[in-house]
Amino acid sequence: MATNARIVSYARAFAGLFMRDLYVLRREMFPFLIRVAMNPILFLFVFTYIMPHMSGGATLSPTAGSGAGPSFSTILLPGLMAVGIMFSGIAAVALPLAQEFGITREIDDRVMCPLPTGAVAIEKICFSAVQSAIAAAIVYPLAYYIPSTKPITHVTSWPFLIAVVILASLTSGALGLTIGTTVKPQQIGLIFGVVVMPITFLGCVYYPWALLDKMPILQHGVLLNPIVYMSEGLRGALTPALPHMNAALVLLMLLVFLSLLTWLGVKGFLRRVIG
Amino acid sequence: MGTENGHNAIVSIRGLRKTYDGKPPVRAVDGIDLDVHPGEIYGLLGPNGAGKTTTISICTTRALPTAGSVVIDNIDVVKHPSAARRSIGVVPQYNTLDRSCTIWENIHFHCLFFGFSRAEARARTQQLLDQFHLAEKANSYPAQLSGGLAQRVQIARAIAHRPKVLFLDEPSAGLDPQSRIAMWEIVQGLHREGITVVLTTHYMEEADELCNRLAIVDHGRILVEDTPAALKNSVGAQTIYELDLHEPVPDLQQKLGMLSGVTAVEDTPRGIRVLARTCDGLIGDIVSTAQSSGLRDMRVTEPTLETVFIRLTGRDLRE
Repeated sequence: MATNARIVSYARAFAGLFMRDLYVLRREMFPFLIRVAMNPILFLFVFTYIMPHMSGGATLSPTAGSGAGPSFSTILLPGLMAVGIMFSGIAAVALPLAQEFGITREIDDRVMCPLPTGAVAIEKICFSAVQSAIAAAIVYPLAYYIPSTKPITHVTSWPFLIAVVILASLTSGALGLTIGTTVKPQQIGLIFGVVVMPITFLGCVYYPWALLDKMPILQHGVLLNPIVYMSEGLRGALTPALPHMNAALVLLMLLVFLSLLTWLGVKGFLRRVIG
Repeated sequence: MGTENGHNAIVSIRGLRKTYDGKPPVRAVDGIDLDVHPGEIYGLLGPNGAGKTTTISICTTRALPTAGSVVIDNIDVVKHPSAARRSIGVVPQYNTLDRSCTIWENIHFHCLFFGFSRAEARARTQQLLDQFHLAEKANSYPAQLSGGLAQRVQIARAIAHRPKVLFLDEPSAGLDPQSRIAMWEIVQGLHREGITVVLTTHYMEEADELCNRLAIVDHGRILVEDTPAALKNSVGAQTIYELDLHEPVPDLQQKLGMLSGVTAVEDTPRGIRVLARTCDGLIGDIVSTAQSSGLRDMRVTEPTLETVFIRLTGRDLRE
């Protein structure tokens, strides 16, 4: 086949896979929305609405006594968006893959598309990124309107915001692919305890990275966590008044993690589907 | 490409080997050569673990060989898997239908994957649903289908992009007898349309009924390859004549043993059993020889592929 014809053929197969995923997502919109919205709604409701309203709640509030400091809701907004993005990657790729490898083997048919097998895995990352971006768009208004003290947001650079959201979304898909192809299907439930919870809590979601400066080991250790760059990138893009990492560094590190996780994920995918 | 392989063959396998790493390493395919001609139904018959599924997996780009080549429709499937996938349709042993999509969507999206326009995909889907009597189930989900129906959908989907070769891996595994016969009819229908079919099975009736040619496979090697009829006439395959007699006749055994083609004569509680190579006119000779000795009844068992397999390996197919 001539190179051009081959590229057209690949593109159509890729588009077909993408359309199938969109179609299924559209039909399962309601569970998707619940999944995306529940975590931030509860988190915001408890920590930024209930607690500030409790009698004596001021002492319980994470930002108690900080007075002129940033409100907790401002810190949380980019962090919860990052969690939404990351979590969608796991839910859109890792969990379905575990099921397909373990039980249904539906993946065997998808692999028979007239497309290099690695591209089937890349399609999963791309489609997952769409879900992550939607998740980010859903979390933003929740994080803005639920807290009793409104967060202060300000976009200084739209291109940077868009770049961060796209890179973070793709990285999450690649993370989901890596997890879904590495972990044994019967152990996928463990992933929440072993991977998702630690990278969330140590991902500068609930605190800016710069404020870890009193704990240098922790501050340097968390740099291995891709969620850190998602949270910090969104912090830089949406709440620039807070301390945040350098924009160029964030983009670079997201690219590094995207490349690394895509490589690992595609390798794992090929190992699982090609005997 | 592929000129060194059998010309005219649409599927051409040469020196195929596949070893799975492990302790000890498992040699699943151990040097298979075969050619499948366009338009024929070719069977790989053998017990479980003989290497049939591995061979099909390599042919359909889902496994990489340790050595050897597979050329399908002049495309080397190992070197150009994504191009080769256009020429092949696959129905694996297990149900791989997309559980999130209806039957209609399963076929429709398959067409889109292979570059059909939406209108073409719609038309092709409708045509296949009609052809396979699935129109009523168009809006059902795979989980709502019986095993036989799910398999019919899988076959319809596998040929939706008009592949030249259809691979069926153990197509009757888990099917009830009625669904199995329906599946045979579908395969014969596709054969009439000109699709080449390669199937694996461990049911000799299936191989016998469906295949134009077949290879008997064991331990990753082809033991023999021929038409079912020729195989049954080959290597020691025997027709068995069971004679029921009124009472034992002393010299009948000896007389029957002298007939040409007869290889053995045994006593049975009801009379005599004659084992013979298949040859014309023998049945008349046996009847006329035994008639005067009080022949009450006679049953003839033609040689089966199972007897061929047992002769070749000393084992039963289902062991």
